Amino acid sequence: MNLQESPELQSFREEVRAFLADNLPPDIKQKMEMGQSLKKDDYQRWMKILAGRGWLAAGWPEEHGGPGWTPAQRYIYDEEYGRHSCPRVLPFGVTMVGPVIIAFGNEEQKAEYLPKIANSDVWWCQGYSEPGAGSDLASLKTKAVKENGHYIVNGQKTWTTMAQYADWIFCLVRTSDEGKPQEGISFLLIDMKTPGITVKPIVTMDGGQEVNEVFLDDVKVPVENCIGDENKGWTIAKYLLGHERTGIAEVGKSRRQLQRVKDIAAAETIDGMPLIEDTAFRGKIAEVEIELLALDATILRMVSAEGAGKPPGPEASLLKIKGVELQQAITELLLEAIGNYGSPYIREAMDHGWNEPPIGPEYAAPVAPHYFNWRKSSIYGGSNEVQRSIIAKMVLGL
Amino acid sequence: MNLAPTEEQKLLIESVERFVEKDYPFEQRRELAASELGYSADHWATFAELGWLAIPFPEDQGGLGGSITDSCLIAEQLGRGLVVEPYLWTVILGGHLLSRSGRGDLVEQIATGVLQTAFGFAEPTSRYNLASVETSAADSGGWRLNGHKAVVFNAPAADTIIVTARTAGDPRDEEGISLFLVDPKDPGVTLRDYPTVDGLRAAEVILEDATGELLGDAGAAYPLVEETIDRGIAVVCAEAAGIMHTTLQMTREYTAQRKQFGVPLSKFQVLQHRMADMFNLTEQSISLSWVAAVKAESEDSLERARACSAAKVFIGKAGRQVGQESIQMHGGMGMTEEMPISHYFKRLTLIDTLFGNRDHHQRRYSDLLDDKRFAA
Repeated sequence: MNLQESPELQSFREEVRAFLADNLPPDIKQKMEMGQSLKKDDYQRWMKILAGRGWLAAGWPEEHGGPGWTPAQRYIYDEEYGRHSCPRVLPFGVTMVGPVIIAFGNEEQKAEYLPKIANSDVWWCQGYSEPGAGSDLASLKTKAVKENGHYIVNGQKTWTTMAQYADWIFCLVRTSDEGKPQEGISFLLIDMKTPGITVKPIVTMDGGQEVNEVFLDDVKVPVENCIGDENKGWTIAKYLLGHERTGIAEVGKSRRQLQRVKDIAAAETIDGMPLIEDTAFRGKIAEVEIELLALDATILRMVSAEGAGKPPGPEASLLKIKGVELQQAITELLLEAIGNYGSPYIREAMDHGWNEPPIGPEYAAPVAPHYFNWRKSSIYGGSNEVQRSIIAKMVLGL
Repeated sequence: MNLAPTEEQKLLIESVERFVEKDYPFEQRRELAASELGYSADHWATFAELGWLAIPFPEDQGGLGGSITDSCLIAEQLGRGLVVEPYLWTVILGGHLLSRSGRGDLVEQIATGVLQTAFGFAEPTSRYNLASVETSAADSGGWRLNGHKAVVFNAPAADTIIVTARTAGDPRDEEGISLFLVDPKDPGVTLRDYPTVDGLRAAEVILEDATGELLGDAGAAYPLVEETIDRGIAVVCAEAAGIMHTTLQMTREYTAQRKQFGVPLSKFQVLQHRMADMFNLTEQSISLSWVAAVKAESEDSLERARACSAAKVFIGKAGRQVGQESIQMHGGMGMTEEMPISHYFKRLTLIDTLFGNRDHHQRRYSDLLDDKRFAA
């Protein structure tokens, strides 16, 4: 047992650190540091830069265009990535549908879709949730009926993140009503330009517009767009949710955000002294930081086991639960840190290039919206309650 | 970089695991805790035979040249069986103080299982401040000590007791603290022995012109005291992680067989999710105790302090929650002396107060919060 990085890992870390520092465009970096909203072009430019280095599909094997890193390299990459103010890599292509195609797709499908994902040529979105199917995903009703070499798809998806920008959507659809609900589901890839698809935005409580409703009305999808066997989509859905678990907690990003709490708390004052000197607030920072250490140690333990050939199973649900709990706790500390200036709300103040002077300190504007927005994290991706049930059943055998 | 036991460490873990499973049924623990000595001399001899007592010491002192990490892995398994033998007090605390003070002769006796030690670092009003030492030592052709050392674990069985005493400076100065060996049979040493609420043995040690033998240099012992207690923290955190593991297993098994409203308790989602939380806390406690174990050996005392205090805070809190939840889910049975769970709960609870509780270590950790080396 040791925490010493080998010389090889150390130089790998240097390489990652230097690349991220040298290649992140300054305007994007500034938006990230100020918590301003990112546009499609910002994501696209950055993901293209990563793709150019071969690091966009960080978890993929070499033969499909990934870097083929060991679990330890991947851990270091994630840590360095979180340390820099890089936009997140949108997960829908590289960590969701990509690994599914690698594991379940046929050769034609791999050749057609994977390079475009690894190059960030095509934007994906996820068609899982429906108005009546949230945590109980298997109750989904969107129907696909086979007709002359096509599926005709009818139904509605919801909470579809960035559907307004997406070129393609991967969907769970019902292809059979026989047997248990899980047994009649298939996994379809659908071109968003197909006639019959309508996208309507949903405005969230922070005023943001990242999720959508997607209506599918007699949408014609070629049968060769089905991944895996028809009616076997549930296996794929579960595989997707269980894939790449150790990165899910985003400890690196939380560490950077906690540093932001400290910086802001050093700038804010309470009774004439820096807020960070206040015993109560300092104690809260320490508490979150210690919990981050415990989570990070647990990830390192799982990464070490994975390196020895034992990838994490359902116990990795704890990483999701704890990871987002800490992310949320940090958004709360930020809101507490800015005091009265949590209140002002001018939507444009969160946009880059807003020309008016800030109200209060310049770091204040996005803090409250971000706190509100981040309540989503314990709801999506299998809610924290679903994750606890997974641990109870699959790990503890209850 | 590998936070996993080595092949050698796996063998060590298995050997302790076998001992706990085969030779340490809970009924025996109950009997040993109630016995005159408070533990088993036979088991202690077995520990010596298996090399567990020699592991953390250098080879030229009769040790096996192992690491504190090895000791932590032993302690984690001992914790699973709620073992009462004085591994922490004699080997981890006493052994390290003697080893670092060049007393290889005594270390060798610990390694072979013939010497028991205790470390008196606390006083009635010191709370958790290791520098708060009012016991005094004066050299008048031989050191004479006066003072009161509080809650000295394993003192009743100790052949020699190591104490902190002030040879210079004011009551809370780090400078001026020295370490002494005192003989419990010395006429100037009075022990008031008692059992502890978690099944161990301790004593108030009263020193009245007691004869002391100086360990190391006079007035310069504080860094070693702090280092030794940090190592103790790593080991007791590992013990706590092991206790939590068993506590969760017992709760899982109990709720699976206990039926109410016609179904096993374990089928109620309100309990399932709370057991999932217990699992999360237990796993993170194990992980963090491993990090503390590795860093307890760090040359950099701040890095060591930070990791050990972090673990002590996290495990203090986690232990409280896991322990309280386990009793709640055992219902009335959890309240009984008869059920092992109540004994696990008691030890877990008292571990928080040992070597400084959550508040103490959160303050110690907070003091390092602005240290640039630990910035994101």
